[in-house]
Amino acid sequence: MDLARLVELGKIDKNTPHPPALIGQDGVLELTQLAIKKEIKAQIILNEGLMPGMHAIGEKLSRGEVFITDMLIAARAMNVALGQLKPFFLSGEIQAKGTIVLGTVKGDLHDIGKNLVKMIMEGDGWEVKDLGTDVSEEQFVEAVNNSTDAIVGISALLTTTMLHMGSAVQRLRENNPNTKIYIGGAPVSQSFCEEIGADGYFSNPHGLARELRKAPKLLI
Amino acid sequence: MTKYFGSLAIKHPDDLIFGYAPKPVSCGQGLTIGVGQVFPEINFTLPPMLINESNWNEVLSHYHNICENVLARAEKLRVPGIVMEFEHLPPMSMKPELGAEITSLIKNYLLEFYRRTGIPNALRVTVVDLRDADHPPLLRSGQRWEQTREAFILSAVAGADILSIESVGGKEVHDQALMYSDLSGIVASLGILACRDMGWLWDEIVDICKEYDVVPGGDTACGFSNTAMQMAGQGLLPATLSALVRAASAPRSLVAYEHGAIGPSKDCAYEGPIIKAITGVPISMEGKSSCCAHFSPLGNIAGAMADLWSNESVQNIKLLSGTAPEAFLELLAYDCRLFNIAENKNESRMYRDLLVRSDLEQSPEALMLEPQTVLRIARSIAQCPNPYTQTRNAIFTAFKSLQDAVDSNQLKLPSREQTWWSKIPGLLAQIPENENEAIEYLITTYHGVFNPQAYGL
Ligand code: B12
Repeated sequence: MDLARLVELGKIDKNTPHPPALIGQDGVLELTQLAIKKEIKAQIILNEGLMPGMHAIGEKLSRGEVFITDMLIAARAMNVALGQLKPFFLSGEIQAKGTIVLGTVKGDLHDIGKNLVKMIMEGDGWEVKDLGTDVSEEQFVEAVNNSTDAIVGISALLTTTMLHMGSAVQRLRENNPNTKIYIGGAPVSQSFCEEIGADGYFSNPHGLARELRKAPKLLI
Repeated sequence: MTKYFGSLAIKHPDDLIFGYAPKPVSCGQGLTIGVGQVFPEINFTLPPMLINESNWNEVLSHYHNICENVLARAEKLRVPGIVMEFEHLPPMSMKPELGAEITSLIKNYLLEFYRRTGIPNALRVTVVDLRDADHPPLLRSGQRWEQTREAFILSAVAGADILSIESVGGKEVHDQALMYSDLSGIVASLGILACRDMGWLWDEIVDICKEYDVVPGGDTACGFSNTAMQMAGQGLLPATLSALVRAASAPRSLVAYEHGAIGPSKDCAYEGPIIKAITGVPISMEGKSSCCAHFSPLGNIAGAMADLWSNESVQNIKLLSGTAPEAFLELLAYDCRLFNIAENKNESRMYRDLLVRSDLEQSPEALMLEPQTVLRIARSIAQCPNPYTQTRNAIFTAFKSLQDAVDSNQLKLPSREQTWWSKIPGLLAQIPENENEAIEYLITTYHGVFNPQAYGL
């Protein structure tokens, strides 16, 4: 079985009991180690071995064929493989896809939606800096200043907090007009997104993942 | 003082019906809930706008406008009674004097309405559980709790007739357990953490209610089972899991009544029928007429046992007919006319069964509200006093009920649920048998996610 499929199934290593059909067989850990030993380029292991597995499960989730739990199980296996590739990230041999700064707006504590965005974007190969809930404009700006290429994702669930998205967008634009900003959450919409000058509204994280996969400068 | 409900207040499915509760509640301006009629409970909220000092008058004018429109329509439709729920938005609990100002504004309208029309009414105020802001929450101490407590007191002083909350104790663990479909974590976070926090919190709330002569309404497992239901609705979790979580959340919401709450329960607590069966208190429910706030697979069945019928929340915006709150009051009023005429014409059981059957085949969550199943789960809870065992029993009984329905073809599971469905027995078998083992499980598996002291552990 190839690496991507093992990621998709969440088979971590030989000893893990999940999935039952693969008990005793090599998992993502062994295959990644083998690939490194065979001197396959780390970027290729990541792009052609591991990521397709995450994309496959992400697509299945967006089509409603699997559940978030399956995605998290796959992500757990993926993380074990990434642990093996860590030296190559540190040496700069592999470049991560990019960073997403994520948070729920000021005054709002709803976080399940945002947490799901985090999980799904991480599964898609992004590094996510989760600022949590009740995030002020200044905190968003500061986070972007710490990773200047970062994309920003903002969530709001209350009609009385969604307008803070507007001021966050404004502050982020003043800080760096090129920052890409995406929004989501039950009360917001595409027209609201246009009104406040954000770059896109998505009713679910898959939409954002797909949009960002289209972006030309990205590696994967 | 804790009261243990060792047996059911409603023992026969025929008696589990809308409008009737063995322990009716009298509150507000001449309103008695649970003696035969279902009343609308109208909810409302602000449209997109910030809440700050500079636009406070605009905020107030929204609430004036809501009260005027809703009550004029209530009068026109001659509702037999009405509850208005004022659900705080966060700044209104953070600065409790703001919440209090709106409370007294609404109360004045209700008093005047009663004087003028004689229509019985009551005001429910739901305070925000601000303790959710700390990660992990401190719960029993700190500024967030002090603010939450103050919000209850000022609401009571300002004229609330019923107090409620959507409390969050245990949610920090439950959120994670839910994502991983970890049934052991779900049962332990609900049966141990959430139940412990509920006991502590509701002692405090009931004390405040006693001091200010307000009705302690009840709590809701919104942050638990409604989160699960919304996620299932978005295809992120299996609906069968959401159904199991609903049943498992009933002992948690029951704790409020063990500690002195008397109902009416909170509208978004879809576990209400189980609570009603055990305690006999009147319940508020929401279904198809709360589609302005969120979708659900329980549109009709949710009404089958309701004593108040709610729209959960709607923004104060203009529609073609009028404003959204008055339009939704109209919907609720007509829904209630149907409940009440059915009762009046001795057709209530037939009507209830239609409400039940119309949703039953479609959704595992709906099965959890079917009267026989409600009693089955309620019995498994009432059997023993320990909240953890109650929660464990509830989830096992819920699964058995789902299994029976699937085996007899009453419930058709979508094909995407099959793999998960076949895994459930294995996951159930792993749920720790007793509370001590479950605490151990929580501490090892969810180390750092929650603060044991906050739960008296
Ligand atoms: C469960 C729930 C809660 C839970 C918290 C859940 C949580 N941790 O997030 C609890 C009980 C704690 C809660 C509390 C409150 N809530 Co609430 N809550 C809900 C409910 C019923 C479901 C939300 C949910 O969990 N959905 C499931 C998740 C998976 O969906 P989601 O959050 O929408 O996220 C998805 C998408 O929107 C998208 N997305 C979200 N963010 C982003 C960001 C980006 C960048 C992208 C791409 C996508 C994206 O992707 C996600 C996955 O698909 C909603 C109803 C609704 N219509 O949403 C009310 C609702 C939002 N709450 C409401 C209210 C009023 C409150 C309270 C004020 C109630 C009170 N008085 O206590 C408090 C406020 C808390 C606070 N301080 O902020 C109101 C809002 C009214 C308004 N004026 O806007 C609603 C609409 C319910 C109602 N009464 O009508 N709530």
